Amino acid sequence: MGADGTETKTGTGGTVGRAFRAAFPLTLPIAAGFLFLGCSYGLLMHAKGFAFLYPVCMAYFIFAGSMEFVTVNLLLSAFNPVAAFMLSLMVNARHLFYGLSMLGKYKNMGWKKPYLIFAMCDESFAINSSARIPDGVDHGWFMLFVNLLNRWYWIAGTALGWLVGGLLPVSTKGIEFVLTALFLVIFLDQWMGEKRHLPAMVGVLASLGCLVVLGPDRFMIPSMVLMLVLFVILRPYLDDPRPVADDGGARGEKNDVDDADDVVKNVEDTEANA
Amino acid sequence: MTMTVLQSVLTIAVVALGTMLTRFLPFLLFPESKEPPRFIEYLGKVLPYAMTGLLVVYSLKDVSPMTGDHGVPELIAMAAIVALHAWKRNMLLSIAGGTVLYMVLVQMVFV
Repeated sequence: MGADGTETKTGTGGTVGRAFRAAFPLTLPIAAGFLFLGCSYGLLMHAKGFAFLYPVCMAYFIFAGSMEFVTVNLLLSAFNPVAAFMLSLMVNARHLFYGLSMLGKYKNMGWKKPYLIFAMCDESFAINSSARIPDGVDHGWFMLFVNLLNRWYWIAGTALGWLVGGLLPVSTKGIEFVLTALFLVIFLDQWMGEKRHLPAMVGVLASLGCLVVLGPDRFMIPSMVLMLVLFVILRPYLDDPRPVADDGGARGEKNDVDDADDVVKNVEDTEANA
Repeated sequence: MTMTVLQSVLTIAVVALGTMLTRFLPFLLFPESKEPPRFIEYLGKVLPYAMTGLLVVYSLKDVSPMTGDHGVPELIAMAAIVALHAWKRNMLLSIAGGTVLYMVLVQMVFV
């Protein structure tokens, strides 16, 4: 990141434009998925008799797809804010792990940081945590555009769904699979770019196991607890010992002197430059 | 709607608050000024891979292997994505190819 650090100061227009051009193509699948899912959410709200402002405000302020669908039911049952609050914590507990994963990448992001956290949905997290951002592209602006675009795809989809959702002439059945495809492709990309596959396998096996045993409505929190336990057990194998050099500090501040397990990526970058 | 407007606005507000708490909490607990514990740094390195795996499973959670089409369209489309991605390693191509194949399967083959 050292190179573009200086460019941020000299030409903001160029930096911003380059970041947008790098981020936009990666958000296209999410545009497709969110316009469709947002539409179905807006349509559902319309069908349940809510005014236009309801789905749009919920998309704007909550901005967590699955929780918004859950909230439709909350709004249609008896008033219970404490239960609603607890439920939102449980449904969204995975965000805690996103945050822990992004502590390093969001370091030194200045004014962009609160927005990067506020707008961190599954899809934006998946892209930002895995993307190999090209050389010369500012990381902060790149991640900002990923979050901003994804957020507005969702809000626009919601509004559109409430307004015209029932009128689409072509069958869009199955388009929701685009999000599964997105996650799977990111998973494959991470798998191919990394020699060590244990962390990815822990994620799949822990959640698959909990899903089979506990069913689709209550497997998320147990999966995350199981993952945590497995990572504690596996730490001697997965954590780099790094006996001498400085521990943190290097992370996030100077990305080119990366940690041992990122060496693979650095080698690829060097090859691309050569 | 059984709630008053105020009640529904309050419900939406607490849901938004709970959601934001889950997003901001890690950053509040481990601010930049303080060095996070080594264990948290370790989690920060392994969790992204595990969470992508969880998201794949999460997005498939409502597929039932015992009823309906037994998740065969999902299986075929995912196999196609793996093959496509191993071949070209182009994210957009793999995503679009897999999704279009899935839509064809659920609209024309497994109706």
